[in-house]
Amino acid sequence: MRAGILAASAVATGTIYRHLNPVGKGKVNTPLIQGVSAPPVIVDASGFRVADGQTSLQDITHYNNFYEFSTDKEVVAPAAASFKTVGWQVSVEGLVRKPKVFDLDELLKISPPEERIYRMRCVEGWSMVIPWVGFSLFKLLEVVEPRNEAKYVAFETLLDPKRMPGQRSDVLIWPYVESLRMDEAMHPLTLLASGLYSRALPPQDGAPIRLVVPWKYGFKGIKSLVKIKLLALQPRTTWNEFAPHEYGFFANVNPRVDHPRWSQATEQRIGELGRRPTLMFNGYGEQVAHLYAGMDLRANF
Amino acid sequence: MKENDIRFAKLLLLVNAAVPAALLAWDAYHHRLGANPVNFAILTTGMSALTFLLLTLAVTPLRKITGLNWIILSRRTLGLYAFCYASLHFLIFFIFDRSLSISGTLSEMVKRQYLLMGITGLLVMVPLAITSTNAMIKRLGGKRWRALHRLVYVAAIAGVIHYYMQVKADVRQPLALAAALAILLGYRLMVYSRRPKPTPAATPAIKSKIAALSDSGK
Repeated sequence: MRAGILAASAVATGTIYRHLNPVGKGKVNTPLIQGVSAPPVIVDASGFRVADGQTSLQDITHYNNFYEFSTDKEVVAPAAASFKTVGWQVSVEGLVRKPKVFDLDELLKISPPEERIYRMRCVEGWSMVIPWVGFSLFKLLEVVEPRNEAKYVAFETLLDPKRMPGQRSDVLIWPYVESLRMDEAMHPLTLLASGLYSRALPPQDGAPIRLVVPWKYGFKGIKSLVKIKLLALQPRTTWNEFAPHEYGFFANVNPRVDHPRWSQATEQRIGELGRRPTLMFNGYGEQVAHLYAGMDLRANF
Repeated sequence: MKENDIRFAKLLLLVNAAVPAALLAWDAYHHRLGANPVNFAILTTGMSALTFLLLTLAVTPLRKITGLNWIILSRRTLGLYAFCYASLHFLIFFIFDRSLSISGTLSEMVKRQYLLMGITGLLVMVPLAITSTNAMIKRLGGKRWRALHRLVYVAAIAGVIHYYMQVKADVRQPLALAAALAILLGYRLMVYSRRPKPTPAATPAIKSKIAALSDSGK
């Protein structure tokens, strides 16, 4: 009798513990993307394909910062599982000669899908290596023909609290918005990604299309894009507005400039034990350092 | 309650409080701590420490409200579990996050206020754990022991602030813990303010003065 009570109570406590401390796990079954060009990994001056060991598909898809679904990284995947992207459109507008609302299929046909193996460094101090599928953002911008006055590109995530339950809380101001300077947006490393590991993006990673800027902290890589607008002046951006002293507009990965509350000198590479040093511009200095020549990166963090 | 039942209740607590640690070890052994195991272990042990601290602080109010005097017997076990989980929390951070580097740990602590807050909470609990035995209670004497063990309030407040400070944006969980702590400390303040006054003669005199003052103001 007492042994039974003891066992039952331990099981109950264990159930509560598991409920309070969920671990992300599950399967990914988004469709394979046809015709992904994946040349052998050769480290070259492009930075397109780094030779670092790739993070597992399981970890990339079950450890996500996507507050539109949940603020718990381990819970985003189940919370986003039923997210549908049928009829998705992306409006490209503002200071362009040919503004256009693209159907997703049409947008993806602008350039053949390439595999890009990028490091991803989260501002929280962890990192991954992700084989994205996509093409450079500049190819889309060339289609709409930016005007000379355009100095910034603003990005916007879908706003739909019915489909994105996290938007019912006011933890951030919705919709999520981000921005790049024009020269950053036109850089060949800046990627419009529609897949990873040769599969269409799962919802938790920003389906159906997202931005990837590998030399910046992960929060610059805005997910589930619906709007791209070219502007003359720098627009507001979500995390910068939330805490301006903690998250800058540029948000370039920089081991020498700490977050006010934690160090950025090292990172926890997912899948490794122990921390590794963080690289300036996340290791893409050769490709992007010239964009910031003469700038005080401590002031413009 | 019979002594036999009390012993069983103590065993129930002892076993159940160890369940989070046992599951954490089991999951770690089977590589089921998710993508960032170190972070997961730090988070769950920290949450367990705070949970047991709050449970420790809930014993006295519960006993006074319900009149179930025997639950006081659980307080030491709950407090020691809080200390063990907090120590485990720090050790995992020290071993895996700081790679056993003492200088790395100290320099990080000096720079980060949330770490300073956390280590304050842990260090404050050390004398409480040391003086938790019956022999130590006798040696210190009830009055001094009780005074020393009020440090548990400092530990709980430091722990909750430590958690609040390192959250990026979603502060709902730390705020919930802060609210629970506020209720538990508020209860004590209420009891303290209602305690019988040592000089009851002074009270009516002050009352009449206040009454006179407020009358003249009308």
